[in-house]
Amino acid sequence: MTVAATAETGARPVRAGRRPPLAWVGTMPFLAYTGVFLLLPTGIVLWNAFRRPTGGFTLSNLSALNTSTVRSLFVGSLELCLICSVSGAVLGALLAYAIASGHPDGAIRRLYIAGSGVLAQFGGVTLAFAFLAAIGPTSGILFHAKWYYNFPWGIGLIYIYFQIPLMVLVFLPAIDGVKVQWREASENLGGSAWQYWRYVGGPLLAPAFLGAALLLFANALSAYATIVAWEDQIAYVVPQQISASMISEVGLINVNQADALALGMIVMVVILMTGYFLLQRRAARWQR
Amino acid sequence: MAAVSPLSAEMSGAEAKGTQPRGLRAGQRRRLNVFRYLVFTIFGLFFLLPLLAMVRFSLQGKKLGTWSLAAWKQIASYKGPPPLLPAIEITLELAVITSVVMLVLVLPTMIWVRLRVRWFSRVLEFICLLPLTIPAIVLVVGLAPIYNKIERYNVSALMLFWAYVILALPYAYRALAAGLNSLDAITLSEAARSLGARWFTVMFRIIAPNMWQAILNALLLTVALVLGEFTVAYLLTYVNLQVELFSISRNTTNAGVLFSASAATLLFGFALLLILSYAGRRLRRGRP
Repeated sequence: MTVAATAETGARPVRAGRRPPLAWVGTMPFLAYTGVFLLLPTGIVLWNAFRRPTGGFTLSNLSALNTSTVRSLFVGSLELCLICSVSGAVLGALLAYAIASGHPDGAIRRLYIAGSGVLAQFGGVTLAFAFLAAIGPTSGILFHAKWYYNFPWGIGLIYIYFQIPLMVLVFLPAIDGVKVQWREASENLGGSAWQYWRYVGGPLLAPAFLGAALLLFANALSAYATIVAWEDQIAYVVPQQISASMISEVGLINVNQADALALGMIVMVVILMTGYFLLQRRAARWQR
Repeated sequence: MAAVSPLSAEMSGAEAKGTQPRGLRAGQRRRLNVFRYLVFTIFGLFFLLPLLAMVRFSLQGKKLGTWSLAAWKQIASYKGPPPLLPAIEITLELAVITSVVMLVLVLPTMIWVRLRVRWFSRVLEFICLLPLTIPAIVLVVGLAPIYNKIERYNVSALMLFWAYVILALPYAYRALAAGLNSLDAITLSEAARSLGARWFTVMFRIIAPNMWQAILNALLLTVALVLGEFTVAYLLTYVNLQVELFSISRNTTNAGVLFSASAATLLFGFALLLILSYAGRRLRRGRP
C-alpha cells in the first residue's frame, strides 16, 4: 500500500469532528459537465419541441407529427423494432440457454460471452458493410439477396445481428439464476420437461425475458448509423427523419420538427425503459 | 423414486468434474448436448460469415476470386475525396482525449461520492446511466445549438470529445463501479487518513491503484465506443473514421478500401476487447 505520503504530511490528527459540510462541492465539476452536455441538450429538445420558430410557445410542432408521413415513420420504426426485438429475444434466449446449460467456466461459454460483448456494440456503419459484402444484391459473396433492400426484412436481419448478443448479455444472468433444485423438485414430483417449463421455469423467467425484449426494442429504436449506411435515400424510421430535418436547411414542416420527433422518441424510450426496470426488479427476486 | 439414485450418483460425479448439474436424466442430457452444439454451430456461422465475407472482400484482387493486398495498402494512400488517413488520425486522437477526460471527470467524482457524499450516489448513478435512455440521435438534436457556440471558438473535429464523454459515461461508470464495489474503499481511506494522508493521496495513491483493472476496462470500452461512433459526428458535420467510411461508400465505386478499412477497424476493436477479456480473467483468477 502506498502510504509514503505520511512522511511528508506528518501524522495529522483525524479531523472527523470539524469537517466543513462542503463535501458535495467535489461533485461540482461532474455536475457542471453533465449539466452542459447531457441535461442541457435534453432540455433544449423538450423546450424547442414546444416553441414556434419565431418565438413563443405552441403545440403546433406536436400536431405536425400527426401527418401521414410522420405516422408512417413511427409505424415503420415500430414494425422494424418489433420484428428484430422479438426474433432477437427468442433467438438470443435460445443461445443463452445453450450457453448456460454447459460448463460454467468452459471455453465455449467464455468465447460466446466475450463475443457477445463485442458484437452487441458492433452496430453502425461497419456492420451494414459486412452484410453488404456477405449478401449484398450484386456484391454478395455468400449469395445475392434480392430482398436486401426491402424494408423491414433486409435491415431487420442486420439488426438481429447485434440484438442477439445483447439478449445473451442481458438474459444469461437470469438463466444462470435458475436453480437446479427447482428442476429436481419438479422431477421428483413426477413433472415432465414440458410441465417444468410450463409451470416453473417459464413463469420464473418470463419477467426477465420480457424486460430484456423491451431493452432490445429500445436499442433498435435508437439505432441510427446502421440504417443510414444501409439506405440513406429513403426515410423508413424516425431517426432517419430526425437527421433529414436536421441536415436539410429547408425544414420539411418547420425547423423545430427535429425537436418534436426527438421528443416523440424520448417518450417512447422512457416508456420502454420504465417497463424494463420494473420487470428487471420483478425478475431480480429469484436471482439471489 | 428408484430411478433417481443412479442419476444422483452420475450427477455428483459430474459435479466433481465441475460440470453444471442440471437435474437431467442421461438421455435428456444427450439430447441437450445435440441441441447445444447445433445452436452453437448455427449461431457461430451467423456471426462469423458476414465478418469473413467482409475480410474476403477486402482481399479481393482485380478479378473475382483472386487474392490481393491492394485494398489494405490503399488505407494509407487513399486520397479521397475525402482522404482517409486524417480521419483515422482524428479518430485515434479523439479516443485518447475522450478516455482521459472521462477518467479525470468520473473517477475522482465516484471515489469522492463513495467516501464523502454517499447520499449523492443514487443521483450520480442516474445521471451516468441516463445516456443509455436518451438515444444519441436525440442527444445530437439538443447538442447542435451548443456546438454552434463551440464552433465560434474552435472548429476542429477534436471538439467532438465533449459529446463522446457523455456517450461513454454509462459504460465507463459501470466498469468503474464494479471495481469500486469490489474493494472496501471506506476502510482503506480511513486507514490512510488516520496515517495522515491527504484526500488527494487517498484517491490517487490508495484507491485508484487498487482498481486499475476497472480503470483499464473503462478505458477500453471508451476507446471502442469512439472508434465506432457515427451518429453524433455525422449530424454535427464532423469527419471521423466512420463518417469517412460512410462517405467513401457513397462517393466512389471503388469498394476495396471501404472493406479493408472497415475490417481493420473491426480487428482493432476485437483486439482491444480481447485484451479486456484476458485482463479480466487474470483478475478473476487472482481472487479466491
